[in-house]
Amino acid sequence: MAKGRISLFVTCVVDQLFPNVGIAMADVLERAGYELDVPENQTCCGQPAFNSGYREEARMVAEHFRKVFADAEYVIVPSGSCASMISHHFHDLQVKVAPKVYEFSTFLTEVAKIEDFGAKFDGVVTYHDSCHALRDLRIKEGPRRLLSKVRGLELREMDAAEECCGFGGTFSVKFAGISGGMARTKIESIKRTGADTIVSIDSSCLMQLQGAISREGLNMKTMHLAEVLASK
Amino acid sequence: METAREEILSKIRTGLNRKQDEPAPAVRLKPYAGTPELFLKRVHAVGGKISRAQRPIDVRSYIADALQGRSAVASNAPLLHELGITAMEGVKCGFRNYTELREACSKAGVGITCADYALADTGTLVMLSSREEARIVSLLPPAHIAVVAKNRILGGLDELLTKVPKPGDLTSSMVLITGPSRTGDIEQILVRGVHGPGEIHVIVL
Amino acid sequence: MIDAFEKKIGETLADPALQLKIYTNTATLVDKRKTAVSEEAFPEYQELRTKANALKRHAIEHLDLYLEQFEANVIAHGGKVIWCRDATEVSDFVLNLAKERQAKLIVKSKSMTTEEIDLNERLEHHGLEPVETDLGEYIIQLRHERPYHIVAPALHLTRHDVADVFTEKLGIPHDTVIENQTMTARGLLREKFLAADIGISGANFLVADSGAVVLVENEGNARLTTTAPKIHIAVAGIEKIIPRAQDLGVFLKLLGRSATGQPLTVYTSFLSGPKRTGEIDGPEEFYLVLLDNGRTKLIADEAKRQSLYCIRCGACLNICPVYRKIGGHSFPWAYSGPIGAIISPQFLGIDHTPKLPFASSLCGACADVCPVKIDIPQVLLDLRAEVSKSPLEHRAFRIFAWMMTHPAIYRLSAKIGLKLFFLAKLAPPAKAWLSQRDLPNPPEKSFTDLWKLRAKKS
Repeated sequence: MAKGRISLFVTCVVDQLFPNVGIAMADVLERAGYELDVPENQTCCGQPAFNSGYREEARMVAEHFRKVFADAEYVIVPSGSCASMISHHFHDLQVKVAPKVYEFSTFLTEVAKIEDFGAKFDGVVTYHDSCHALRDLRIKEGPRRLLSKVRGLELREMDAAEECCGFGGTFSVKFAGISGGMARTKIESIKRTGADTIVSIDSSCLMQLQGAISREGLNMKTMHLAEVLASK
Repeated sequence: METAREEILSKIRTGLNRKQDEPAPAVRLKPYAGTPELFLKRVHAVGGKISRAQRPIDVRSYIADALQGRSAVASNAPLLHELGITAMEGVKCGFRNYTELREACSKAGVGITCADYALADTGTLVMLSSREEARIVSLLPPAHIAVVAKNRILGGLDELLTKVPKPGDLTSSMVLITGPSRTGDIEQILVRGVHGPGEIHVIVL
Repeated sequence: MIDAFEKKIGETLADPALQLKIYTNTATLVDKRKTAVSEEAFPEYQELRTKANALKRHAIEHLDLYLEQFEANVIAHGGKVIWCRDATEVSDFVLNLAKERQAKLIVKSKSMTTEEIDLNERLEHHGLEPVETDLGEYIIQLRHERPYHIVAPALHLTRHDVADVFTEKLGIPHDTVIENQTMTARGLLREKFLAADIGISGANFLVADSGAVVLVENEGNARLTTTAPKIHIAVAGIEKIIPRAQDLGVFLKLLGRSATGQPLTVYTSFLSGPKRTGEIDGPEEFYLVLLDNGRTKLIADEAKRQSLYCIRCGACLNICPVYRKIGGHSFPWAYSGPIGAIISPQFLGIDHTPKLPFASSLCGACADVCPVKIDIPQVLLDLRAEVSKSPLEHRAFRIFAWMMTHPAIYRLSAKIGLKLFFLAKLAPPAKAWLSQRDLPNPPEKSFTDLWKLRAKKS
């Protein structure tokens, strides 16, 4: 008996660059007993336009989102920044959405109320607190609790867990030098933990960190929380 | 031609376009009692030297040791006179004239004062400028000794602001002194005694 | 096209020694603050932040009334209030007063407001001798530099830099011992304090119900500046007003802890006017200069007027990962860091440094540490919406919006983009990305495609 029907908004970054994150999230939610709906007309939350100061353009994209998800009760999002855009900034664009929008880990801990998915992952992990998740959505303990239930996983905190990775959307290309410097500072902190895997709930952060790791030729990998929870 | 005052106030009023005046949010001050023990502990924590005295002779004895042969200027606080400090060797006092006081303070090694109040939770001396206490006695000499009567010790800032809600009614200068003068302006490395006294002694009687 | 702003940023990023200095010194301040506002040390922290925000909001929203009340009280205590619209009116006032009193030597305690209006330059130009007495400010005055940080002006300097400028400007033997450098400054400045005709200070707070100026410091130079000379001039922005002395029970607890991790700084002075009858020392004349210089513009903007709540603690600078990379001199005005990023465009004009509001990842760490809860990221977003747009970029985002409201176009464009990834890498944004890090490998199929396949299977 399904617990209910929920909708997925995978985000444009996951859709096009990290599809496995979307698949992992779907696996975990189905394992939690939910029936999934993925409206095929979904695109983007509009954040790139909004953050660059193009409010009219962002409003158009937000309006499209509202229509696509008009009949949904819950919308689950594998990204703190996109979830925050929808919950906190659609208001600035005079767009009001019908469903309750949840970042993925928050949905698991607060609505599904399941924290153990029988996941297995051998490795030393450090968790990166992505900024919108941490500060806008107050997400801190939830993902850590979920990771603590994964068999074989050792979680080590980095001293700079709450420092920005430097992505910031178009900031990463408009001020590439600063952005790269911030990523490298973050990587130094990660190195000090001895972790080989960095986990976050935001694929953009992971893309930024992975890019810097790969440029330095380091032996580390990045994984979205969904992928860890889906591991067997 | 509008004066600057008129123009600024006018711009503020236009910019705010306030429909009605609201009262200021209430500030709940939470006074609580302070003990001499806590006060001296905190003074010590911020780098002051401390002493607990029971009798006037203990105060004089501590000061004699602390002076280490240096000359001192004492303020006109009556308590200092009562305790016999103003009569001690090397202590100048009784200045009513600013120029003379300043001259004496720039030559003296130590300034000796009382304190109007003391804040226990931060180890703070509170000094109100008056005919008894000039500002520079606790400021110009490189060392400062303060004699604090224990009934002057308050819990903290909240109690001070409750007891003295309008310091301006009493004095042109109320100064809170918490430890010796310091700076971290060069490489965040702490150095004491930049402009104010680098050495502080607090005696509670 | 690199502008002056980006050029300076590039120079700072390319200087590893400077990078280390900035990072290390801000790290010290970050740690000190963190300890001081922890749950154990300061359980009422969040409650006081909320209260401070409410008090500042109220003060600004009734600023006309409080300025009038403040003025009346200053006058009642024997002082004078000088209202100044801009930098020129301030320097004119000081110059005229100095001329009347035949004053030449001026000692100054630390005031970002006087930095904002280049007061020293103007006074020097007319033959006066203003001497900064805060150690950090004294050092950068010798170097003819702007402060690097709102609270720690010499944050970017080492003991070697200090030794160099002391030898060059004061003619003393080269000495890199910090304690000695400090004592050298102390001795020199003591002479200035005792000889000065005028003392100019800033103001951390202006207390309306008392007509008082509150000065917060660690060194003692503000006390000396406002005690030794016969004349005290305090220069303050109109936004420094707080309604009552009791409000200090909120602000003083937040300021020291947020700035340097101290529950109280060494000296907190509450000054109401010149010395009273009976008092032995203190200034004979007291002038309070109230400065507008554009603050009334910010007051008129309801969403952004919160920028005026700032109590200049510097906590946002210390925590900002961008400030910690680009430092204080990359900013176009006296105020740097996140607060500088939001007030500079509002004071200097939105298009003065058009890229400034974008030099942020919007991480929000600043808003987290702000003792008066200014929503800095929100103001940055508002500024980004207001700044003039390049036609090319605007067209790009129109295309973005069109694509994202037409799913079939979005999917087709993405497919083409991923297939022609090697070409996409040549586009300027991709090249900028690649200058610092690698791009991910494009996946075979998008999630939407994978999901369709998954649905077909079941």
